[in-house]
Amino acid sequence: MVEVHRLRHGSNAGQPITRRDGLLKVTGMARYAADNHPPGMLHAVIAAARIARGRVAALDVAAARAHPGVVQVMTPGNRPALALHPDDKSVPFSFRMDLLQDDRVRYAGQPIAVVIAETLEAATEGAALLAPRYEAEAVEVTLDAPGAFVPEAVGVGAPPEEHHGDMAAGLAAATRRIEATYETPMQFHNAMEPHGVVAAWDGDALSLDMPTQGFALTQMRLAAMFGIPAEGIHIRSPFLGGGFGSKLLTGPQVLGILAARLVGQPVKLVLTRAQMYGPVTHRAPTRQTLRLGAAADGALTALHHHVRTATSRFDDFIEPAAGASHTLYAAPAIATSYEALRLDTGTPGFMRAPGEASGSLALEVAMDEMAQACGMDPLDFRLRNYAEVEPISGKPFSSKALRDCYAEGAARFGWAGRPLAPRSMRDAEGRLVGWGIGTATFPAMMFQAEARAEIRRDGTGLVETGAHDMGQGAWTAFAQIAAESLGLDIGQVEFRSGRSDLPSAGIAGGSAHTATAGSAIQAAGEQAIARLAELALADPRSPLFGADNIGVVARGGRLVRWDDESRRDSFADILDRAGLESVEGRGNASADAEAASRYAMHSHGAVFAEVTVDPDLGQLRVTRLVGAFAAGRIINPRLVKSQYYGGMIWGVSFALHERAALDHRSGRVMNADLGEYHVPVNADIPSIEAILVEEEDPHVNALGVKGVGEIGITGTAGAVANAIWHATGVRVRRFPVAIEALMG
Amino acid sequence: MNRFDYVRPRTVAEAVAAGAEPGSAFLAAGTNLLDLMKIGVARPARLVDLNHLPGLSSIEALPDGGLRIGAQIRNADLAHHAQVVRRFPAVAEALLSGASAQLRNAATVGGNLLQRTRCSYFQDTASACNKRAPGSGCDARGGDNRLHAVLGWSESCIATNPSDFCVALAAFDAVVEIEGPAGRREIPLRDFHRLPGSTPDRETDLAPGELIVALRLPGEAAGFAPHSRYVKLRERTSYAFAVVSAAAGLRIEDGRIAAARLALGGVAAKPWRATAAEAALVGAAPGADAFRAAAGLALAEAKPSGDNAFKIELARRIAVRALILAAAGTPARLPALPASPFAPIPGGLHG
Ligand SMILES: Cc1cc2nc3c(=O)[nH]c(=O)nc-3n(C[C@H](O)[C@H](O)[C@H](O)COP(=O)(O)OP(=O)(O)OC[C@H]3O[C@@H](n4cnc5c(N)ncnc54)[C@H](O)[C@@H]3O)c2cc1C
Ligand code: SF4
Repeated sequence: MVEVHRLRHGSNAGQPITRRDGLLKVTGMARYAADNHPPGMLHAVIAAARIARGRVAALDVAAARAHPGVVQVMTPGNRPALALHPDDKSVPFSFRMDLLQDDRVRYAGQPIAVVIAETLEAATEGAALLAPRYEAEAVEVTLDAPGAFVPEAVGVGAPPEEHHGDMAAGLAAATRRIEATYETPMQFHNAMEPHGVVAAWDGDALSLDMPTQGFALTQMRLAAMFGIPAEGIHIRSPFLGGGFGSKLLTGPQVLGILAARLVGQPVKLVLTRAQMYGPVTHRAPTRQTLRLGAAADGALTALHHHVRTATSRFDDFIEPAAGASHTLYAAPAIATSYEALRLDTGTPGFMRAPGEASGSLALEVAMDEMAQACGMDPLDFRLRNYAEVEPISGKPFSSKALRDCYAEGAARFGWAGRPLAPRSMRDAEGRLVGWGIGTATFPAMMFQAEARAEIRRDGTGLVETGAHDMGQGAWTAFAQIAAESLGLDIGQVEFRSGRSDLPSAGIAGGSAHTATAGSAIQAAGEQAIARLAELALADPRSPLFGADNIGVVARGGRLVRWDDESRRDSFADILDRAGLESVEGRGNASADAEAASRYAMHSHGAVFAEVTVDPDLGQLRVTRLVGAFAAGRIINPRLVKSQYYGGMIWGVSFALHERAALDHRSGRVMNADLGEYHVPVNADIPSIEAILVEEEDPHVNALGVKGVGEIGITGTAGAVANAIWHATGVRVRRFPVAIEALMG
Repeated sequence: MNRFDYVRPRTVAEAVAAGAEPGSAFLAAGTNLLDLMKIGVARPARLVDLNHLPGLSSIEALPDGGLRIGAQIRNADLAHHAQVVRRFPAVAEALLSGASAQLRNAATVGGNLLQRTRCSYFQDTASACNKRAPGSGCDARGGDNRLHAVLGWSESCIATNPSDFCVALAAFDAVVEIEGPAGRREIPLRDFHRLPGSTPDRETDLAPGELIVALRLPGEAAGFAPHSRYVKLRERTSYAFAVVSAAAGLRIEDGRIAAARLALGGVAAKPWRATAAEAALVGAAPGADAFRAAAGLALAEAKPSGDNAFKIELARRIAVRALILAAAGTPARLPALPASPFAPIPGGLHG
């Protein structure tokens, strides 16, 4: 095959272009799943359990059915049959679902019936009229519950215990030791767009408008569940109003599909805000104990990170909170361990930066406590313990520009000269001011994706892959990669996405979507260009004829000879002469197992926070945030900054606001709405800056792209907590920080 | 939501008649009522829409220098009304510290006075709640009650009144004008809300069918305008209910306090007017010592109703802060973060 060189400068990728779907979004024209109303559509509403454990003894189905407009009530008695039990987990990334399989209740908010009606209002009132009678059993919903066990695996198949070096020796060698326990609460994703589905059956063919973070997995599971061919399932998901890990296929969506099957008409089912606090996963609470030892010079001698967390009584997801301790700091002895409880809650799952968000908070505060114990500046202390290779595995990093992140972030923030002692700084009106730092980290992953590219006779391109725009800007970033791979201007490339009948783009998760689907697009484009080059180079009429060993480059709709700019041939001419309508390229991407076995791959960052605290009232505010992140190649700096901002704001939220208030007796979430489940408002985020630190990574994937979607949360929550200590001298170890903790 | 009748009266008399029928509820902006209907806490048989009634939407200057405010005036319009800002700045500050801009644009004076508690067990129909279902019990006891009452609560109910507006109204002696089946009457706002006792379901002195038509702010209270503030602690910088709050007004003559007003929010089932504290301030030199002593008196009877002992001390401190800010003088413009501890503090915190 001829050599096709890759253009590094003057391409589409790397440009801060605005979202291509921006106009649709700001004018309300972007069509989300629930905006669809196929003819004859009915509305389905879930009746959710108000107990957390027990059984449904009775439902007043007659009352619901008698309500004007109600068409049908779906209960365990008449729910259409499924080919697979809802608890089956054979499809990857599956969680057990509650699909009216019996009368058991396993958590508050579990669906116990579905009312289908002509209007949303009638279905809603019908659900209320079911007035369930329960036989309730005592519940456990806190981390104080008995019955802790060592889980088989944490996160996605990771071992529950890992270590390197000799922990006892490490602790014995320490001249300073700290041990502290940190608590993080149960949190919910709260995507703006609630989970929903508009489902229509045609025989065994199924048409779905449904937000999802993974078409292929969703198709696979639905096909298995309903015993129908996956090819007959068509899903449209052009936009998600946020997913954050909660929008792989969910139980409520399957209930909507079942309801459509039951009534033989299209059905729309959308969760209410309150219903999003139960059946669609959450971030599990954690109680993390960190034991650190350090020598007199501030070098860590031991780092032990133990996590107590919880899963549901019926399924397993263990928040992998200790992962950050495997990679962040060099220590001769590192150990991580877990214990878990089974609680009467829904099953936890992936929530933006699963593991790293809560784990890095605990680790970063512990590091701050140790810096304090050593009398060192917290940044110097982190640099003193900088990991040159990944500590737990001993592997070199594929790239790691964390030192630059520290340096650029500190310079921009003005960290130098920070007084060591807490309560040393005040604002003009006497409020306490403090500065804190946190290191950010998130693994750079790859899943599997395919893409198809075409160069058409009119000289334009077409690129297809079933990617997911969750608001992060996939429509734009992928189009940029597509344009670059084809040597075309972005306006000359048609980019198709957001549908299940396109080549699979894998899942939008693990901060790996751009890396994975982007690499597939790049490969598809390169193959199309290579085919075109073969045509040109073999054609005596082409100015490129005979350039075989020198190679060509695609630029501006032409192939150009690598060593001679004046010898060029346009895509249109090449195809025209060949008498072809188009050439096609196909591309795949997946993790490079060989590279992964040799290198540790992570994005990194450093976050600096300033907080201001009223010394009498305990009220606090984050007044400045600067984050500097290195995540390999940046496809679109504007979108990437938005990801960092969003992540950092989430970090503030983690430290100061978010908490599900569970009633310990009933197991119900008592603040299941956005009025009472607090996330920051604009006034909570006064000044925020994200710095993109240069980093080139030749190993992670063909594009050199690492993830940016989740890392912003990590580091930030710890930086805020550490700034609070610096302002007040109070070391808060329980999150979110409560006003009474800071009253002084 | 249940099915209900909707009526649109054309006169106050028609509204009162419709409102007196069993199962009726007056609908103002609905920012509280409709929320409660959606979660099944309120299930009225009939909504009597007040939005098309004549005569409830004006603000009139009164001969004594006070203001008469129609019940349908929107919170935002009231907060930005020039005479309110000039004569009753703490009322404007309290209004602007509540809810969000969108809610304030809709919410009315009458609705704000009658908004229900935010106790999460009251809002959850599966919980026992004596206020929602008399005699069923109180699940807030022994539950999540960090933000519940520390003053005036009873064994049957420990909920707080969530209104910011009412705290300032209580401090400055507002009067509620009512039109009812038995005619017209007035109640001082201080006496309008009830403490729970054994009947927490009876939250105010209003009888069925009684309609709030207006609110009066007396001219006498305008004398506090140069030294009036509202301060509110919350769990985020904006768009959150008060953990505790305080409205304070001072009249300072010859370096001494000639008259004082102090009311606390977030501490009880009603806005808590602290008359003993006010009396103690009269004659004192404005300053931290006098303010601390007064705040101590204001909370003298306080006791925790659950995991909320911290609120007693916090309420003392917010009272002190409100008095310090009032003494420093009402700012020429309302701060960009109304009622926030992060608004400018004239003279600073002195260490
Ligand atoms: C998310 C959220 C946050 C909020 N935050 C705050 C806050 O921080 N501080 C704060 O103070 N408030 C806050 N509020 C509450 C808000 O102030 C009230 O919802 C609003 O004032 C109610 O006014 P309305 O006109 O919408 O009343 P409606 O909801 O229409 O009515 C409320 C009640 O008053 C009755 N009623 C209304 N008008 C009359 C009348 N003229 N005569 C007799 N009865 C009448 C109704 O029947 C009903 O029972 C918040 C509300 C929400 C939803
Ligand atoms: S505190 Fe009052 S409102 Fe809350 S549950 Fe108890 S009785 Fe009901």
